[in-house]
Amino acid sequence: MSSSTVDLHPPDPHAPHGAHGDVAAVHDDPHHQHHFTTMEQQFDTSKIGMWLFLATEVLTFGGLFLGFGLMQNRYPREFVEAHEHLQRPLGALNTVVLLVSSFTMVLAVLAARTNQPKKTVRYLLMTIGCACIFLGVKYFEYSHKFEEGLLPGRFYSHQGDLIAGSHGYSTFFSFYFMMTGLHGIHILAGIGLLSWIAVRTSRGEFSNAYYTPVDLVGLFWHLVDLIWIYLFPLYYLIT
Amino acid sequence: MEHALTSGTRIGDRPRPVKNYLNETTTVWSWMSTLDHKRIGVMYLVGVLTAFLMGGVFALLVRLSLLNNKHMLFGKVWVTAETYNRFFTLHGAIMVFLFIIPAIPASLGNVVLPLMIGAKDVAFPRLNLASFYLWVIGAVMAISSMVIGAVDTGWTFYTPYSTTTDGAVGLMTMAVFVLGFSSIFTGLNFISTVHKLRAPGMGWFDMPLFIWGIYSTGVIQVLATPVLAITLVLLLLERVFQIGIFDSRIGGDPVLFQHFFWFYSHPAVYIMILPGMAIISELIPTFSRKTIFGYRAIAYSSVSLALLSFIVWGHHLFVAGQSELATVVFSALTFLVALPSGVKVFNWLSTMYKGNISFETPMLYAIAFIVLFTIGGLTGIFLGALSVDVHLTDTYFVVAHFHYVMMGGTVIAFLGGLHYWWPKITGRMYSEKWGRIATSLVFIGFNMTFFSQFIMGSRGMPRRYFNYLDQYQPIHAFSTYGSWVLGTGLFMTAIYLLASLKYGPLAPDNPWGGTTMEWQTSSPPISHNFEEQPVLEHEPYDYRPKTVTHA
Repeated sequence: MSSSTVDLHPPDPHAPHGAHGDVAAVHDDPHHQHHFTTMEQQFDTSKIGMWLFLATEVLTFGGLFLGFGLMQNRYPREFVEAHEHLQRPLGALNTVVLLVSSFTMVLAVLAARTNQPKKTVRYLLMTIGCACIFLGVKYFEYSHKFEEGLLPGRFYSHQGDLIAGSHGYSTFFSFYFMMTGLHGIHILAGIGLLSWIAVRTSRGEFSNAYYTPVDLVGLFWHLVDLIWIYLFPLYYLIT
Repeated sequence: MEHALTSGTRIGDRPRPVKNYLNETTTVWSWMSTLDHKRIGVMYLVGVLTAFLMGGVFALLVRLSLLNNKHMLFGKVWVTAETYNRFFTLHGAIMVFLFIIPAIPASLGNVVLPLMIGAKDVAFPRLNLASFYLWVIGAVMAISSMVIGAVDTGWTFYTPYSTTTDGAVGLMTMAVFVLGFSSIFTGLNFISTVHKLRAPGMGWFDMPLFIWGIYSTGVIQVLATPVLAITLVLLLLERVFQIGIFDSRIGGDPVLFQHFFWFYSHPAVYIMILPGMAIISELIPTFSRKTIFGYRAIAYSSVSLALLSFIVWGHHLFVAGQSELATVVFSALTFLVALPSGVKVFNWLSTMYKGNISFETPMLYAIAFIVLFTIGGLTGIFLGALSVDVHLTDTYFVVAHFHYVMMGGTVIAFLGGLHYWWPKITGRMYSEKWGRIATSLVFIGFNMTFFSQFIMGSRGMPRRYFNYLDQYQPIHAFSTYGSWVLGTGLFMTAIYLLASLKYGPLAPDNPWGGTTMEWQTSSPPISHNFEEQPVLEHEPYDYRPKTVTHA
């Protein structure tokens, strides 16, 4: 419909997105939604939506970061003592794993954009692999906490050195489990999303004309990585 | 393209298309699975109006409970304090989370925002539908929580009461969590739509002011709502795991909950009022037949209200034990809110000055808005002033102020917008005579109900109390009588609007002579909104003579 009317209006130079370009060609693309004039406009819109969603993620975690900061201010000594019970080498290892996964994610997006579906799938699988390693390491860390009774809130039952009658220790582990737990849920969601676009890539659904989902999942994955970059020093490197 | 420029005309419509978005397909499934923003808007409209009815019934019950301080009706005690607590909690929670927050953006905004910017749909139609279903799920959860275990915390869920009381507080907070995501998705969708889907030729300062208001609202929805979401999760975890953040017995800080809560919920009242102001900015120029005065000032004031909304939350905590310095700073920042609000009011009045004003129902609502919002806004300055606030905190003065802004502001604007766009949405004209009668009843009943509460509050009547001293008896009774007048006006509105669907005359494309793009398509619009892509060729609200002669 729009292709018949576009001719009536010469493109306006001031228009944010004039009705120019090879309209007939883009309408052949099955991914082109009816309410967008061009594929480029559609891509940019999706990207704005994703960035806004990431902003909500940052603010969600922001609430927890703020709560952590206030409680750390309330219990500075307890938080330092409690953090000695976290396994710093494992935390560092996970940091490296996620940084590598962000790198493979970038390569996957690049491969998708340059019409190399096989490479895209390979890099996506490597990213998923990193995510699984991360969760595996997290599993060992969590098991260790469970064994020591270093649990949130009323489940806190540590019998070692952290029972000096302060609420600070259980509060520390409450926040530890809430924040790493919420982050872990995001890793799980990320694995789901990465698998979904890997399947779609292997079906040949993406090309340089349309690879929006790969790009957006990439953005999401980088945010998940970035949050961990903040979580690691926050919990493992307190002095 | 000539028809696209028929601003200021009422007739000369094209023949009405046989197929429009309402009758293109007719199965129930075609509605439930629709991606059409107009249909989603209509479904939202049905949903929020149902919530409004429920919240309104609870409001009438709250007022009825307080008719006399013996809580007697026909010689019998009919209500207990617990029941009364549930009445006002359900009234508040339903009205805030199920009605006012989604009311204007998700229902009217959904229908007219793409039309006003000449787009075929919102940016993400599927997300739009998901937002609606999240609202439905949240509504079902909220209503279930009242059936399985009544919630009596008030809509603010203050700790420590909310972490210790029985009842379905957990389910209620999760309902609000889900509703929050519904709201986030709406805001995210509208921001993206405004950025990328404006008609060719429509720059930012060519947009109708309604769009500026909805855009500013979207910014708050996206940035503030996640904080509420995490706050409610923390509240739930505190109840279940005792994580030690809000409960002082285990080292938490109850005031911290108030900070978290109001960091969202203060911006949230701007989620409620900004769309109301946005509607008024459409109604005033249309029914004054005059170009809006101070277009840019109104646009900027919407954005600055959105930004200011994030830095004034502490005025809810003046007596909650925050530091004196913080209290003084928050008080000063709160006064700043008066500036953009005043800018809007004076610009609307300047637009009306020497305009060719006609008093159709939407315009009556617009004028009612200016009166009531001004009262609500000025009393807000009283409450922002520290020394006065200490006296007025938790009295009926606050209740009255809040209702003058939220009901006298947002709901009145919503009703104005509903009447204004009713012909566009339904293709039918409502009865103007009944509209004017109902508007008058709403205005009189509203002032009876709530102005009396200013008086009670300034004399020290605390809010939320079930029992009260004899000296307040006449004023309480008067307020309750007012609620009956108000209720009558609203029920009358419901009846004549529903009747218009069957008996109303067919609406022309542009019944009010509006200049914005939604009036350039048929009433009701076709599924793809416009026969041809409209192109903006004049600024919004261009009522200068040359435009009229062009037609």
